[in-house]
Amino acid sequence: MALKIVKGSIDRMFDKNLQDLVRGIRNHKEDEAKYISTCIDEIKQELKQDNIAVKANAVCKLTYLQMLGYDVSWAAFNIVEVMSSSKFTYKRIGYLAASQCFHESTDVIMLTTNQIRKDLSSPNQYDTGVALTGLSCFVTPDLARDLANDIMTLMSHTKPYIRKKAVLIMYKVFLKYPESLRPAFPRLKEKLEDPDPGVQSAAVNVICELARRNPKNYLSLAPLFFKLMTSSTNNWVLIKIIKLFGALTPLEPRLGKKLIEPLTNLIHSTSAMSLLYECVNTVIAVLISLSSGMPNHSASIQLCVQKLRILIEDSDQNLKYLGLLAMSKILKTHPKSVQSHKDLILQCLDDKDESIRLRALDLLYGMVSKKNLMEIVKKLMLHVDKAEGTTYRDELLTKIIDICSQSNYQYITNFEWYISILVELTRLEGTRHGQLIASQMLDVAIRVKAIRVFAVAQMATLLDNAHLMTGNVQRKGICEVLYAAAWICGEFSEHLENPMQTLEAMLRPKVATLPGHIQAVYVQNAAKLFATVLKNQEGNTDGTAAQETSQLMIDRLPLFVQSANLEVQERASCILQLVKYIQKLQQKDVEVAEEVIALFAGELNPVAPKAQKKVPVPEGLNLDAWINEPPSESESEDEQPKAIFAKEEPKHSRARHTEVDEKELAKRREVRKQEQANNPFYIKASPSSQKVYQEAPGVEHIPVVQIDLSVPLKVPGLPMSDQYVKLEEERRQKERVEKKKKEKKKRKEKRSGRGKKHDSGPESEEDITPAHMVDIVTEEMPENALPSDDDDKDPNDPHKALDIDLDKPLADSEKKLPVRSHRAAEALKSPAEDAEAESPASQEPKKKSSKEKREKKKDKDGDRKKSKDEKKKKKHKREEKGEDLLGGQADEPVVQSEETREVAAPPASNAAEEKEAAPLAAAEAAPVPETASGPAPDSEPDEPKDTEPEETKSSKHKKKKQKKEKEEKEKKKKKKHHHHHHHSDGGGEESVQNGTVEEEEPLPPMSNYCLLAENSYIKMENDIQGNLQDGSQVVVSIIFENKCDNFLKSMEFNVLDSLNSKLQRPEGSGPHDGLTVPFQLPPGVSNEARFVFTVQSIVMSQKLKGTLTFIEKSEDSSTHEKLDFKLHFTCSSYLITTPCYSDAFAKLLESGDLKCSSVKLEGVNMPFHHLLARICFHHHFSVVERVDSCASMYSRSIQGHHVCLLVKTSAQTVTIDAKCDEPTLLGNVLDEIKQTFSQC
Amino acid sequence: MIKAILIFNNHGKPRLIRFYQYFAEEMQQQIIRETFHLVSKRDDNVCNFLEGGSLIGGSDYKLIYRHYATLYFVFCVDSSESELGILDLIQGGLSAAPARAVSAVKNMNLPEIPRNINIGDLNIKVPSLSPF
Repeated sequence: MALKIVKGSIDRMFDKNLQDLVRGIRNHKEDEAKYISTCIDEIKQELKQDNIAVKANAVCKLTYLQMLGYDVSWAAFNIVEVMSSSKFTYKRIGYLAASQCFHESTDVIMLTTNQIRKDLSSPNQYDTGVALTGLSCFVTPDLARDLANDIMTLMSHTKPYIRKKAVLIMYKVFLKYPESLRPAFPRLKEKLEDPDPGVQSAAVNVICELARRNPKNYLSLAPLFFKLMTSSTNNWVLIKIIKLFGALTPLEPRLGKKLIEPLTNLIHSTSAMSLLYECVNTVIAVLISLSSGMPNHSASIQLCVQKLRILIEDSDQNLKYLGLLAMSKILKTHPKSVQSHKDLILQCLDDKDESIRLRALDLLYGMVSKKNLMEIVKKLMLHVDKAEGTTYRDELLTKIIDICSQSNYQYITNFEWYISILVELTRLEGTRHGQLIASQMLDVAIRVKAIRVFAVAQMATLLDNAHLMTGNVQRKGICEVLYAAAWICGEFSEHLENPMQTLEAMLRPKVATLPGHIQAVYVQNAAKLFATVLKNQEGNTDGTAAQETSQLMIDRLPLFVQSANLEVQERASCILQLVKYIQKLQQKDVEVAEEVIALFAGELNPVAPKAQKKVPVPEGLNLDAWINEPPSESESEDEQPKAIFAKEEPKHSRARHTEVDEKELAKRREVRKQEQANNPFYIKASPSSQKVYQEAPGVEHIPVVQIDLSVPLKVPGLPMSDQYVKLEEERRQKERVEKKKKEKKKRKEKRSGRGKKHDSGPESEEDITPAHMVDIVTEEMPENALPSDDDDKDPNDPHKALDIDLDKPLADSEKKLPVRSHRAAEALKSPAEDAEAESPASQEPKKKSSKEKREKKKDKDGDRKKSKDEKKKKKHKREEKGEDLLGGQADEPVVQSEETREVAAPPASNAAEEKEAAPLAAAEAAPVPETASGPAPDSEPDEPKDTEPEETKSSKHKKKKQKKEKEEKEKKKKKKHHHHHHHSDGGGEESVQNGTVEEEEPLPPMSNYCLLAENSYIKMENDIQGNLQDGSQVVVSIIFENKCDNFLKSMEFNVLDSLNSKLQRPEGSGPHDGLTVPFQLPPGVSNEARFVFTVQSIVMSQKLKGTLTFIEKSEDSSTHEKLDFKLHFTCSSYLITTPCYSDAFAKLLESGDLKCSSVKLEGVNMPFHHLLARICFHHHFSVVERVDSCASMYSRSIQGHHVCLLVKTSAQTVTIDAKCDEPTLLGNVLDEIKQTFSQC
Repeated sequence: MIKAILIFNNHGKPRLIRFYQYFAEEMQQQIIRETFHLVSKRDDNVCNFLEGGSLIGGSDYKLIYRHYATLYFVFCVDSSESELGILDLIQGGLSAAPARAVSAVKNMNLPEIPRNINIGDLNIKVPSLSPF
């Protein structure tokens, strides 16, 4: 230790360490930024030194500065250097820095792959630990893919310390690389029963986290978790499991029933508040999921509520908060049980803690009834006055409005009271919710006809006192209210007591200081008022008054004509000209009032905000056509105004005087209904509105209070709502006692001629009759409105990709999946690459640049390791080779992924499950074994939204639903679709497709991987794929499987080149040098490598001789071994699955450039779609079109030859007519097809 | 899941910041500021939960914090964590950690902190605390 210090101190003598830095920052309080910038300069100097200790110290300081908010990404490379130090103390600093500042777009991350892999397999558990910890913070999809296998191995590490970390990091790996979930899941599941409690709870955590997002896939684990729940004593684990059950129960009610008992026991027995709380929460979730028809669980509800009450009453604020939180969950389904604790909740409103008050407010929302609404709101209004912080006050304000307006103003019995509450709320200083209040005013005034007189009076007062709102800058938000006030006064101006006064108020010069959109409404409604005023004046006087009014308009409007706001300006100049014209007419003594009024005739009706969106597309209606055919659109538009303005149909106008009698109405309704039924574009009202209407006759018997008499309307600034509370009480009192008076009032009301024909709200359960019968209808919605839940899903949610069926047994091939070198990487992208095949040009530059980048990186990497020349050389070489392969693959668009073939190669034992996977893989070249499961309902994955329309479309088109065809179609679409998508979507989308083919007859397993060579040590299987982008390249993927009990290393792959075909070797190596296989094989492990060959002519198949040499390393000896093989390049392997549309296909056939050939296969007894699948799979064709027992297929060679097939089948005989521009190639391909079917 | 652990002093100066989800430096600082702003104006005798700041996560997230002397310990967690559990964790894991750890936090001697607060090493029972 001492020695080290001495050694280091020479270098470090002049450097600050972290402690000095921190001290320095503290001592430079006034010029901190300057001090830090000098420190950063020093650090930059230090980073230039070779001494790793100095670098580590510098990086350490940088980490601290990063925490203070300084960007240190420029030092990313140095961090990598420190990470790769062999000394743990430095390594740890490096990893800490990396975990703090690396992220997905940090480009040096790709340099760390090997370093991390080395650390993960380090014999020192702390090296491994620090690597795992760091990796969890900056794992990228690439890293996840490359290291998944290593981490999976660590899950079975001997040290629980490592196992625990490895299990946890798997979660991050799943997120970044969803394909790893299925293969890794069995092992993860094992860890649930790990002897070490830490590892166990890590596994519980990971699974809980996964299950939370996609609960249905984890239902099968419920018994296991149930066992854990009843046996575990670890509260942390219990909490997680119980939370998980909370997520599972909605999907499986039976589970809920089973849970109640043990949970209740836990509630009774546990002393841990946290556990108790979670139990209560889950019981609530269970009860919610069981809520229908489970009366015998009222005991459980009681228990929960009672326990929650204890929590709420606790002096600990935290418990109080949580109690209220849980209570609000119960409220949704069992409001009654909560309502009995109203006292307690109201008490919480007075709590000094804002969070608690907010929670209590939430609860209040569900506790109001007709009886107590006024009382509760009164209490809230008191709080509004008291509330000092604006946020809480705003919260109160929105809550008041929420509470009052909930379920269509269900609980409001007196709308005058509500309007006065709204008016009172406008007096709040600096609230942000002016708009909310305004929209409430509008809504109530429009929808509650009876209230209009009152509302108009109130709004006129508001307008009169508008200066109160506009004066103060702070009140900006509230002036929105004037928007509503002006509109209401204008629209319902016939109710105004003194329209002239209001008109003047609206034309005050001060109005010009209001925001533009409000001014615009002012101007427009001034015109409406003007019309009303004219009408009144023309009736009474000789016309001078009317002319004066016009003059007033002409005097005042120019102010608005000058407005900077276009809307205001336009409206003002329009109206100004109109008024001038009117004035001229007036001077000629023409009566104009009627015509001016006609300008604003008719009513504006509200439509539900989502109504338009929810109109379902009628069957057979082409949306494009709909847009292009105005008649259909205008028809629907014609329809509505007609209904509203001409016919006075009550169902559709919520806010209109209905002056027709019942009979007449019924008749009209009939006619109307018929009309609607015949009109597909008609937006029908929801049934509830109809129902409400039908209750209308009862309205006659309900008393209505005479309002205008008792209310001081004209006193601005005076809170009035309280009076309503009193009034309301009196009213109720009266109602109860005096029956006779009721009748009298009714008659009186009748005489006054309003408020009698309105629809009633639902009858109150408490027998409280509303003071006003309200024309409240639920918002208009079209019939068959589409549910909209789907639009709140986040398409970017990484968890979507993890929606994978985990119950299906793993195929052997899948077990192999993660046992991959990073070469798997390219393969996994194949869906995207498929897509790129269609637009290679656009993709090209990008790829090149990334390749260049990689090369640059590599150079850098090389420089860095100057000192370790030997090592570097070796490594560099390997990298370079990898580079070539990578490069080669990046350039090939339609490389079939290795998974594909793997999937397609399940052993017979798994055939049943895998049957579907194979053809899919064939068609898709995509890694989707997981979701290809059969009829299990769970396996239907969440469909990514954007593919949905395509799915449905395709299924619509294909009534016959022939599997193969459909698949192909979809595939094509998908490919097209991929243009717009990143490959990360790949997994999810593929699974969608799988979901759709479930019911089809299963196909036998198929594999493109054929045995290449085998001896007692090693087995080689290969597959050959063409490379579309380079017409002279094919890629040979070889799976090496270690069959012996020892390590196999130093594998070298060599092939004797022929004139036509050559193995691509790294530059500088001779034509006979072998290629090093970039991995070693532990016993029992298999891995895949890819080799690129250049071919010149592709019309003939050929065989190449090759040798694999390797060293078998046992504990005490190592033996050189070799294995000879013959690589067979078939003509089919030069073909690339290319989608082709039927029209293009037809053109191709017509062109006449193609030579014809045909072949007949006898005795083929397999279903036609199996046959097609085989051709697709083994010979890389795609189905263009299929009709019954006849199908056209297409493929293309890497050199661009078109190959078209017409496959017909009748009674075990299959005829294949083929056309191709290269007859030799065609002949060979047909021979190969023949051979394929002769083998089976 | 824990999204972030923030430890800052009474003036909002970061003392230990750990994000388990990537945010750019400015964003991190903004989150710290916002969190400090939310937390600092609360009395000591009010509850320790805050509906998530707008910057991290959203409605699913909560801030759970404790205030000891000059330091605020704030955990940003999502709904899969037990609120009371996290509070216990702060209390048990941080305040009951070796005195050195806390003093280390106070002295801002960073290299010491990860070792001492590395909860995996301390063997605190909360598994999800491992750095995710």
